[in-house]
Amino acid sequence: MSRDNILHKVRTALGRSAGQAVADPPPVRLRVPEIAMEDRIALMRSRVEALAGKTARVPTMEAAREFVAGAIAGKTAVASNAPYLVECGISSLPGVRTGIREVGELTAVCAQVDIGITSADYALCDTGTLVMIASPAEGRLVSLLPPAHIAVVPRERILTGLDELFTILPDPAAQTSSMVLITGPSQTADIEQILIRGVHGPGQVTVVIVG
Amino acid sequence: MGKRVSLFVTCMVDQLFPKVGMAMADVLERLGYRVDFPEEQTCCGQPAYNSGYHAEARIVARHFLKTFEASEAIVVPSGSCTAMVTHHFKDLFTKEPETLALVHAMEKKVHEFATFLTDVAGVEDVGARMDDVVTFHDGCHALRELGIQSAPRRLLARVKGLELREMVPSEECCGFGGTFAVKFAELSGAMARTKIDAIVGTGANTVVSLDPSCLMQIQGALSRAGLHVRTMHLAEVLASR
Amino acid sequence: MSVEFDRKIHDTLADANLQLAVYTATGRLKDKRIQVTAAGVLPDYQELRTQANAIKKHVIDNLDHYLEEFERNVESHGGKVVYCKDATDVSDFVLDLAKRRGSRLIVKSKSMTTEEVDLNERLAHHGLESVETDLGEYILQLAHERPYHIVAPALHKTRYDVADLFTKELGVARETVPEKLTLIARGVLREKFLKADIGISGANFLIADSGAVAIIENEGNVRLTTSAPKIHIAVAGIEKVIPRAQDLAVFLKLLARSATGQLVSVYTSFLAGPRRAGEVDGPEEFYVVLLDNGRTKLLPDRSKRESLYCIRCGACLNACPVYRKIGGHSFPWVYSGPIGAIITPQFMGVSHEPGLPFASSLCGACGEVCPVKIDIPKILLELRGDVRKSEAREGLNRIEKLAFRIFAWVMTHPRIYEMAGRMAASIAPTGDGKWIRSVPAPMSVGPLKAWLSERDMPPLPPKSFREMWRNR
Ligand code: SF4
Repeated sequence: MSRDNILHKVRTALGRSAGQAVADPPPVRLRVPEIAMEDRIALMRSRVEALAGKTARVPTMEAAREFVAGAIAGKTAVASNAPYLVECGISSLPGVRTGIREVGELTAVCAQVDIGITSADYALCDTGTLVMIASPAEGRLVSLLPPAHIAVVPRERILTGLDELFTILPDPAAQTSSMVLITGPSQTADIEQILIRGVHGPGQVTVVIVG
Repeated sequence: MGKRVSLFVTCMVDQLFPKVGMAMADVLERLGYRVDFPEEQTCCGQPAYNSGYHAEARIVARHFLKTFEASEAIVVPSGSCTAMVTHHFKDLFTKEPETLALVHAMEKKVHEFATFLTDVAGVEDVGARMDDVVTFHDGCHALRELGIQSAPRRLLARVKGLELREMVPSEECCGFGGTFAVKFAELSGAMARTKIDAIVGTGANTVVSLDPSCLMQIQGALSRAGLHVRTMHLAEVLASR
Repeated sequence: MSVEFDRKIHDTLADANLQLAVYTATGRLKDKRIQVTAAGVLPDYQELRTQANAIKKHVIDNLDHYLEEFERNVESHGGKVVYCKDATDVSDFVLDLAKRRGSRLIVKSKSMTTEEVDLNERLAHHGLESVETDLGEYILQLAHERPYHIVAPALHKTRYDVADLFTKELGVARETVPEKLTLIARGVLREKFLKADIGISGANFLIADSGAVAIIENEGNVRLTTSAPKIHIAVAGIEKVIPRAQDLAVFLKLLARSATGQLVSVYTSFLAGPRRAGEVDGPEEFYVVLLDNGRTKLLPDRSKRESLYCIRCGACLNACPVYRKIGGHSFPWVYSGPIGAIITPQFMGVSHEPGLPFASSLCGACGEVCPVKIDIPKILLELRGDVRKSEAREGLNRIEKLAFRIFAWVMTHPRIYEMAGRMAASIAPTGDGKWIRSVPAPMSVGPLKAWLSERDMPPLPPKSFREMWRNR
């Protein structure tokens, strides 16, 4: 009943009637700049590093596997179900748990391991952002619960920025219940404005660009 | 024969700082203007408006409109009072279309002193000389409502012997705010002290501004703190030889 | 002005440590905002502000339409929209849901909207534990305080304050290093996240065409709140709706820059309904609480309705020379600074704290930085008028009213005006041309006394301008 009451109040205040048509909203404003791939990669890396994230650029998928193998040596890790991680051979690295499809198990594993490994659906070079779309392939928790996050991204997924992302995906809700943009490690400045990384989410983020 | 300009000196200059008005007239006359002073003038009504007394502000605003109806150009030694006429009169008369038309005609004729010189008269060098180190305080209404930032600085740059040192921040309010200064005296005083810290930090001997009200607040606080920095209106600087 | 407002202002001004802390913190946020909105860094900053303002104007002018569109789309993704008119509605909804699901523990991420309705207190009253998980909010929850600042809620607390609080409330060994304090909070809160039955978040944007909410944060507690528990409830004011997901490109660029001086916040969560078939994790139930709580009262007035464009970035607080002196707790309600000064009187009524709209020098710094271009000074002026109207109705403040009547009369009678001026000059101390520190006791009353309490006054000149002009 509050629903009708509130909508009625809104309409009365605005002088509108139920179902009354509205004029078009201001046109969408999206400006996609031209940025060459090499420049995108360089910008992506510098943005992530400026936020105290790490980056690596590797030429091939095998090299990506080698890099990740080195990064997780001696540590425990969970990998998302991303096909790209399987193709790289990262999912089958020793010590990597993967293929989890049950939420209770995923939560328990993610809460235990040192490192979460994912791919990313896109990256936005002008801000150093990873775009994570929840799906059977990518859970939300892998990039969230472990203290470190490694994202392995083929270079062709690097977009110029938010404007290009929303040009490609005018409505992310059509394909997912959750799209998360990740820009650097978790941080807080709530005590005396001193910047501290890794408060609730991962304190370390590594972006591995392949190609 | 020079062009005519009318002075609106503001009630504050009329009653408290007449020298500012004389200096302004002096500069304008030297540039060849024929200056008049419509004697019916009093106030723009801002004190009432800012205190929430809109009906009273309207009465005073109407008086202003009548007093200056015949003037071609009106020059004002205050960003704040200029903005009252050019930016706020219209809000007082939204329900009176005829007065609103008068207001819109008036908006075009009323000019803050510094921008009158740079934009209307088209001069930057008025032939002034003042051997001094000064700093410039941006009055809030001049800066944010009228967008005046470079005009006074360009004028000061042409004053011989004068060195301008910017305070940081120059754009932060001095804490005057009309009746705010007395309704929230302690807060207003605290704001003034932050301002004078910035002033003192420049090492300047003189603070210059476009607004007598800011200068009264700043000089009042400087004087209370026993600091020997003086305040001057831009017109007084430009009238110096 | 109420005695309490006056006292809080005085107490804050008198606290030197607090003065320094607030001034420094806001100064830093202010400088960072200036850096990332500079023309060289974001050339289309002003265009983005114009677009953001146009979108907000369009939505608020057609609010019912967008609320219904939002609602339809949330439901098409299996979520549910719950309209609440006030605090009781919100807590009733949460309590009822918790009861039906047998929930005991709630984790909360930062939301000014839930502060408005004292949600935590209401839930606690009914035996539900509701834990704030944003570090700043967590600190304040332990301290039983309101947020000091919309973006940096614990801005007034030092590391030592936090250390004392943690020792007392959590029973941990005293630590004063911020990193260690953060780790302590992380440990405690991580447990809560994994055990919680319900996550309650705010929402920065409600996206009509997607039926999604967008939430911005840096810590990761919003992500945890919205993905770990089985139930996610997002609470937002009805004004938070925007038409299209694509509009986020505009708002996301403005929000983080204006709030904290970041290019974008660390995490932006775009959430549309509960976990879908095949998705690995995420909540099973998804609710959006749309709160009125007085917002509809702001709609009738075309210019004041602008107040609802606010995206709660806090930039106006950092820019405000008044906020920077009197801090957040001097304000009479949960919203502080310029935005608090314009919405509090509209939500709570102007007589709630009649002094509030006057606690401003009208310097305009707030309007200049507002990313959605709310004309805050103009709304303050209108509210001042509203205060006077309400006083007139109630017969209050008659003397001041009379004074301004006289003012208007004098100012429209130039001869009287001149005489009055000269009379004042004849009795005022001359100060030998120097600035005057004090006046004789009988004169030291009212505005003159208030002026002299902080500053010297100018000596009245022997002749007014008009006399000098006549004589020249
Ligand atoms: S009023 Fe404007 S500047 Fe202030 S918090 Fe809201 S959006 Fe930000």
